[in-house]
Amino acid sequence: MNIMEWITVCRSDDIVESLGVGALVAGRQVAVFKVEGKFYAIDNFDPFSRANVLSRGLVGDLKGELVVASPIYKQHFSLKTGHCLEDESVSVTAYAVRVQGGLVQVALNSSVEQAA
Amino acid sequence: MSSDRKQKQKLVVVGNGMVGHRFVEQLVQADGLNQFDVVVFGEESRPAYDRVHLSSWFTGTAAEELSLVPEGFYEQAGVALILSDKVCRVDRELCEVVSESGRKVSYDKLVLATGSYPFVPPVPGHDRDGCLVYRTIDDLEAIAETARTAKVGAVVGGGLLGLEAAKALKDLGLETHVVEFAPRLMAVQVDEGGGQMLRRKIENLGVTIHTSKNTQLITDGEGAVHQMQFAGGDVLNTDLVLFSAGIRPRDELARDCGLELGERGGIVINDHCLTSDNTIYAIGECALWGGKIFGLVAPGYQMGQAAVDHLLGEQGAGFTGADMSTKLKLMGVDVASVGDAQGRTPGALSYHFIDEEKEVYKSLVVSKNKKKVLGAVLVGDAEEYGSLLQIVLNDIKPPASPAELILPQASGNVPKGLGVAALPETAQICSCFNVSKGELSSAVAGGCQDMASLKEATSVATGCGGCAAMVKQVLDHELEQLGVEVKRDICEHFSYSRQELYSLVRVGEIKSFNDMLEQYGTGKGCDICKPTIGSILASCWNEYVLKNEHAALQDTNDYFLANMQKDGTYSVVPRVPGGEITPEKLIVIGEVARDYNLYTKITGGQRIDLFGVQVHQLPEVWKRLVDAGFETGHAYGKSLRTVKSCVGQTWCRYGVLDSAGMAIRLEERYRGLRSPHKLKMAVSGCTRECAEAQSKDVGVIATEKGWNLYVCGNGGMKPRHADLFATELNDEQLFQTIDRFLMFYLRTADRLQRTSVWLENLEGGLDYLKEVILEDSLGLGDQLEAEMAANVDSYQCEWKTTLDNPEKLKRFRHFVNSDKTDTNVVFVKERKQIRPARAEEKNDQSIIAKTA
Ligand code: SRM
Ligand SMILES: Cc1cc2nc3c(=O)[nH]c(=O)nc-3n(C[C@H](O)[C@H](O)[C@H](O)COP(=O)(O)OP(=O)(O)OC[C@H]3O[C@@H](n4cnc5c(N)ncnc54)[C@H](O)[C@@H]3O)c2cc1C
Ligand code: SF4
Ligand code: FES
Repeated sequence: MNIMEWITVCRSDDIVESLGVGALVAGRQVAVFKVEGKFYAIDNFDPFSRANVLSRGLVGDLKGELVVASPIYKQHFSLKTGHCLEDESVSVTAYAVRVQGGLVQVALNSSVEQAA
Repeated sequence: MSSDRKQKQKLVVVGNGMVGHRFVEQLVQADGLNQFDVVVFGEESRPAYDRVHLSSWFTGTAAEELSLVPEGFYEQAGVALILSDKVCRVDRELCEVVSESGRKVSYDKLVLATGSYPFVPPVPGHDRDGCLVYRTIDDLEAIAETARTAKVGAVVGGGLLGLEAAKALKDLGLETHVVEFAPRLMAVQVDEGGGQMLRRKIENLGVTIHTSKNTQLITDGEGAVHQMQFAGGDVLNTDLVLFSAGIRPRDELARDCGLELGERGGIVINDHCLTSDNTIYAIGECALWGGKIFGLVAPGYQMGQAAVDHLLGEQGAGFTGADMSTKLKLMGVDVASVGDAQGRTPGALSYHFIDEEKEVYKSLVVSKNKKKVLGAVLVGDAEEYGSLLQIVLNDIKPPASPAELILPQASGNVPKGLGVAALPETAQICSCFNVSKGELSSAVAGGCQDMASLKEATSVATGCGGCAAMVKQVLDHELEQLGVEVKRDICEHFSYSRQELYSLVRVGEIKSFNDMLEQYGTGKGCDICKPTIGSILASCWNEYVLKNEHAALQDTNDYFLANMQKDGTYSVVPRVPGGEITPEKLIVIGEVARDYNLYTKITGGQRIDLFGVQVHQLPEVWKRLVDAGFETGHAYGKSLRTVKSCVGQTWCRYGVLDSAGMAIRLEERYRGLRSPHKLKMAVSGCTRECAEAQSKDVGVIATEKGWNLYVCGNGGMKPRHADLFATELNDEQLFQTIDRFLMFYLRTADRLQRTSVWLENLEGGLDYLKEVILEDSLGLGDQLEAEMAANVDSYQCEWKTTLDNPEKLKRFRHFVNSDKTDTNVVFVKERKQIRPARAEEKNDQSIIAKTA
């Protein structure tokens, strides 16, 4: 049993609707997105280009799945699970996010997979 | 050597014109080279070229572009091609041909493809200097040379070729006359009414037409080089006389060696294209079949195929005659003639339609019992050519009142013609390449789902082009049949094509993506529809791209107003209009690059790219550039990139206009314009073309008489030579034409479709585009210009606006919660500058020269 450790990243209005930001969370690069007022966090590292760029991708949905498109080679990653839609064998880590008192917080030690 | 190997036969082809060359291609395709060693003789100095489009030479098409022979074709096929050597004798006893240079080549089979020559009436004086004909590229050179010192030109002959020749003289800037013996123009192809309408239209273009004129003497002129004297006493003074009074088969070789000829010439052939000697074939315009010479290229190609089939012992259809229907554009006037255009069939009935206002003439000929359409003439509007031709060729029954087939469609009426669905599979759609409806259907079923791929797979519509509209109809019909809903939806969120989205935005005055989504889309959008609609919104309203409701639509590059590189850093490209830059500005670029340790490179677009800028550095770097007077170069945008220039008249000894100045004006006019794909332009100061304008979306070349405008060129993955679009424009006309051209492209192109691909897929092609832009056939001109003016007026440098906007600058950091930078960005030195470290270099920390 893990105890969630919530780390504050920024204020909820520091992120513009339908965009992402990069955050340094206990030494780890995380991409945090705001879509229709809800927040999502996955790794900022794009396994295809091996660059820290996912926070700068375009957000949208494909067949109902919320995704970000990598700005370099355009693969899509699920914002909820981190899975890559184009290649089943690839995924990035997705993290739990919450908003407390107007602050966006990410729990690193509990990826969404484990939490689920 | 090895005696059991079957000896190949020797095949000699005389003539390397359109048909002779096609014959060799057909032979190669049928694996005929396994059975024959082939030698081809050509009298002209060039390998086969496209005579059908000969006239385009006068409007800028180079001789090489007219070539029909792909580079290395004969060498690769192992066929000997001997040019500039005329065959002067055929020895049928020895089975040998002898050439002018003395070559002797023996043959087992001989193919005569010697074509025809222009008939010059034996009028006294016909051989004076400056009396010319129109058949070969050499003829064109002679015409252009004579025209240089001429003011007036007269064409003898008002037939199809005569009118083409007249167009050429007009393009050369001569006062042009057409002298015709018969009482009307194009007497062979069109009826009386059609001839009258044609005359009227051509006279409106400033060509003087003289009909019923019989030239009796050509002698010294008064105030001009020649004087043509006509029966009845009239005269015409002219500097150049161009004979275009019909063609005669080149049957001299056949005559000398005793082959059977027609009464009025032509080498008699049977259905296999065999002459009276069964080792000798004749094909193309030198051959006489069923008492007829076929003066068009498609029947010649069919003869070639028949000869190949027979030579290889294959069962083919043979040559069974050909339809002489034609559709042409003569001096911009559509003219078509189908079947029995003159109504010569006994008992035939005809219908005529004349619209004096629009200058359209149409006639339809049907059989006595009205069960069969026999022919038609269309002048001024030949849209129904394809369907009428098919109706005639396939004996399709006309409606009860046949006149409906040519009457203009009242709005709300059912579409006329009988539609491609009614055609049998065997219906020949393209006569140049003998492509049937059935072949098109299977190509479509096999995956060719647009015009470009159909053309590539079947060659359809790549000859005279007359069949293009029909092919498009078959394509759409077949796609529908296949249940491929002709789907042009850009993505799952919008079931609309880019064109449709564009007009929804324009017409509905929609200003944001969310409004579009609400009214016309589903879901939340994606990385296809967001940037597409973002770009359309920008094309239409030109608002600041990082404005809140637009920001999330932008690709990373557009959002950060810079180009992301493989390691997540950016490149920065300031605009350098026309490639002209002051030393002070060069120094600023140098200083910025030095201070931020950036990799510097001169781009292929005449400007300077600074690589390795990290996201947080972008605003600082741009602050310095903007302060020094630079603007964004939009290297990231689907928008105008660069307008390349040469130094032009100002410095260059050959320049005739200020190309650099014009390039700067163009770049300043169109900078920032968001479009379906990137746009590139160039301006050259003379025809030496140092700015490579003919490889650009918009290319401008200076001439002594003004600017020549080229459009739809492309470098890149599939290079395309630009097409000459308009000539001798002054500055204002140039801007006006480009304004319209660009806005029309913005309106109608697909997502990520460069102008080159757009034009290739545009129904009606270049001619249609010219009509819309130059003749304003859709009446859109003013609107397109106004739309462009709005864009020009609302231009802003996005970087300048962004620097003034602290809210926007917030996202320009790598971490929202820390000033640290990305430790994964690592550079090493190479050739005295930085470059991104490779993975193995990153692991080997010792060799890394990290930048601060
Ligand atoms: C920097 C430059 C190469 C250089 O070092 O010289 C360059 C760099 C890129 N080109 Fe280019 N092209 C550059 C001149 C050209 C040229 C030459 C020219 O413009 O005269 C061409 C051929 C001409 C043409 O476009 O017709 C060219 C044809 C392409 C193409 C193929 C386009 C096509 O229609 O086939 C692409 C891919 C695309 O756009 O889809 C491309 C795409 C790219 C991209 C954007 C690829 C990418 O997505 O990362 C490169 C990034 C630019 C950057 O990071 O700044 N680049 N590219 C040149 C920038 C010119 C400038 O000042 O803006
Ligand atoms: C301006 C113009 C416009 C035209 N427009 C159209 C059109 O729109 N549609 C259409 O269907 N047709 C058109 N035509 C007609 C078309 O070009 C001809 O039907 C076609 O070229 C005939 O091909 P061919 O090979 O029989 O003859 P050619 O193309 O004339 O080729 C014959 C070749 O044989 C060479 N030759 C002759 N004798 C010898 C010898 N003894 N030894 C060696 N070589 C020899 C000649 O020099 C020539 O190069 C047009 C023609 C012209 C001139
Ligand atoms: S295109 Fe002509 S004017 Fe321009 S640099 Fe070249 S030669 Fe000189
Ligand atoms: S009919 Fe000439 S290209 Fe098809």
